[in-house]
Amino acid sequence: MAKKLLLEHADVPGIASYEVYRKHGGYASVEKALKSMSPDEVVEEVKKSGLRGRGGAGFPTGMKWSFLAKPEGVERHLVCNADESEPGTFKDRYLMEKLPHLLIEGMITSSYALGARRSYIYIRGEFMYVLQILEKAIAEAYANGMLGKNILGSGYDLDLVVTPGGGAYICGEETALLESLEGKRGNPRMKPPFPAVKGLWGNPTVVNNVESIAAVVPIVNHGGEAYATIGIERSTGTKLISASGNLVRPGVYEIELGLSVEEFIYGDDYCRGIANGKKLKACVPGGSSVPILPHYLVTKTANGDQRLMTYESLADGGFATGSMLGSGGFIVFDEDQCIVRNTWNFARFYAHESCGQCSPCREGTGWMEKVLYRLEHGTGTLEDIDLLEQINKKIEGNTICPLGDAAAWPVAAAIRHFREEFEWHVKSPQEAQTRNYGLIQTPLEA
Amino acid sequence: MIKVTIDDVEIEVAPGTTILNAARQAGGDIVPPAMCYYSKLPGTGGKCRTCLVEVAAGSAADPRPMPKLVASCSTQVMDGMIVKNKTSERVHENRGGVVEFLLINHPLDCPVCDQAGECHLQDLGYEHGSAKTRFREERRTYAPIEIGNKIKLHMNRCILCYRCVHVANQLTDKRVHGVLHRGEHAEISTYIENAIENDFSGNMIDVCPVGALTDKTFRFKSRVWFLKPMEAECACEKCSGKAVLWMFGNEIYRVTARKDKYGEVETIDDKTAWICNDCRFDKKDTIKWNILGPRKIDRHSVISQGKYATKNDQNPQLLR
Repeated sequence: MAKKLLLEHADVPGIASYEVYRKHGGYASVEKALKSMSPDEVVEEVKKSGLRGRGGAGFPTGMKWSFLAKPEGVERHLVCNADESEPGTFKDRYLMEKLPHLLIEGMITSSYALGARRSYIYIRGEFMYVLQILEKAIAEAYANGMLGKNILGSGYDLDLVVTPGGGAYICGEETALLESLEGKRGNPRMKPPFPAVKGLWGNPTVVNNVESIAAVVPIVNHGGEAYATIGIERSTGTKLISASGNLVRPGVYEIELGLSVEEFIYGDDYCRGIANGKKLKACVPGGSSVPILPHYLVTKTANGDQRLMTYESLADGGFATGSMLGSGGFIVFDEDQCIVRNTWNFARFYAHESCGQCSPCREGTGWMEKVLYRLEHGTGTLEDIDLLEQINKKIEGNTICPLGDAAAWPVAAAIRHFREEFEWHVKSPQEAQTRNYGLIQTPLEA
Repeated sequence: MIKVTIDDVEIEVAPGTTILNAARQAGGDIVPPAMCYYSKLPGTGGKCRTCLVEVAAGSAADPRPMPKLVASCSTQVMDGMIVKNKTSERVHENRGGVVEFLLINHPLDCPVCDQAGECHLQDLGYEHGSAKTRFREERRTYAPIEIGNKIKLHMNRCILCYRCVHVANQLTDKRVHGVLHRGEHAEISTYIENAIENDFSGNMIDVCPVGALTDKTFRFKSRVWFLKPMEAECACEKCSGKAVLWMFGNEIYRVTARKDKYGEVETIDDKTAWICNDCRFDKKDTIKWNILGPRKIDRHSVISQGKYATKNDQNPQLLR
């Protein structure tokens, strides 16, 4: 079994309480950082660790931190993005539910590194019960002097606030999140200026994913270099993967980056293969917005190399034959699943969650959803497939925020790899309908 | 001053200028179209994506091209930047895509729309649109909304440029007007159809690039191209009093602010010459105005008959 840095104590009874967490080595990073390190030294450790943003984009966290503008006399903020709403991703919820103090510890250490005196956790509105867990944990941290004035006698003050969102996927985009946190409509902002220069209330702000902030704890505890020894090349450390779909054992796994995809799907320590003895048909390795991979590209890359769970290996071959690690929402489809239906389902999600600010996304996502509905429900035409591809190209890259891209990529990839299935839906609508809704299984063509 | 090249035209502009404004300073046909950006309303822009341009070289210091097309209204120029607008096939193609998106749910009711003839979407559709729609679904529809007793909102025609929201925010004192819902279902509305009672609310009609917000005192009275625009002024306590009267014979059909060739209200004496609702809706009698003379309409639109040239005519190589 691989080394666990984040979920090591996840199954200890009562770990959500301050005493038990402290007994298992909790808050050591706060003591180490506040007592023996300068803020810049913490940033340096994070840079050395090679930690990359765990929210999906994979941008190096240390570099993001070093971009933070530090004008004299202006407050800075750290905001934790806990608005985890990507279909297929549920790692942050698990982490916060099980180990609320790990996130709080990470927030304190990271806020200290960035010089933030008031930090925020913006949590998805649907996670109301997690919000209660976090609030309880924060109250405990205050009571034990880990938050508030003069933490551990170091002279460093920090206030931590949890704010729920209204349940909008778009508020997971960092600038929309800041708008929402300010109490406005959650529309993404125009960039530049980036949040590192002008963020929350116009102050320099860093927005990080829950898992990125939690990963700062082992980095400070063991040192950046030790963290960087785990993983391969530029993909360092461990990563939480939310495995779902037709697997024997779906769930949240902490893996060392560099594990092979084959081992992850079929290995005894991990998902233990496809459920009910079925065959693998396709896999979405990084949450609903990354391109889907057909079965022959899941465990091997296009040039025959073994595919690994790293940022680079999953993206091998670009979008033509690769995908992305994204947020780690690993969705597996067996041979009975319908790609058209699934693509329509994703498209419906994005059409529903588009903020409606810029035209390509507002109109394009809705249009794609309607065309895919037609294809799925047996009234599509062959031209519709080409139309979808063209709509796609007009959305991708032309929008204010990445939601447009996230909506376009899965549709483009589904058509690229499963065009025959789309055509089958057009040519044999009756059969397709029977397979998807009549529970009669038809054999899958290889 | 920094140097920027837009479609082979080199100009010098002040640092901090956006590409769109730099192009406007140079003038001519290198200016990208803009449906949502309104220079007189801070905070507008970036939403419609019709002003997308290609940046072939980021700056003299870093001459790499920008990978994506950028919104020229919100991207600042850098020294040595090379921008391609009408000379870029990619821009032409993607702008066509944006126009298609704007039109899929827009009703083709130009024959009964009061904005026809001075509609920016008509201009755009003429330049970049295709003759046929590929949208087979039912268009989304809304019931028209009365915004007070002088303004009517046809949400069907709205392209969600947010300009009127900024007018409501910046010119009127009590904001009861904004965007409801999200995505495809987003709509401009006064919350629970509250009437906007404000002296400057009529300017929403002027900033609307399409026929979504129309003047109820003018609706269905005449096509705009049958009217003669006259520059006029009056002594008004509330506003600049500088307006354009749209006349038929001696009768005033409607009053608007003075708009430049980009459809924006002109700056007169260093102030944006917004007009108040009294001037706009109630002074329909010539004795209340001092008429200065005919007004030349500078925009290439149906009003300036016979002068209409499409981007395709100017660039035959882009014609498909």
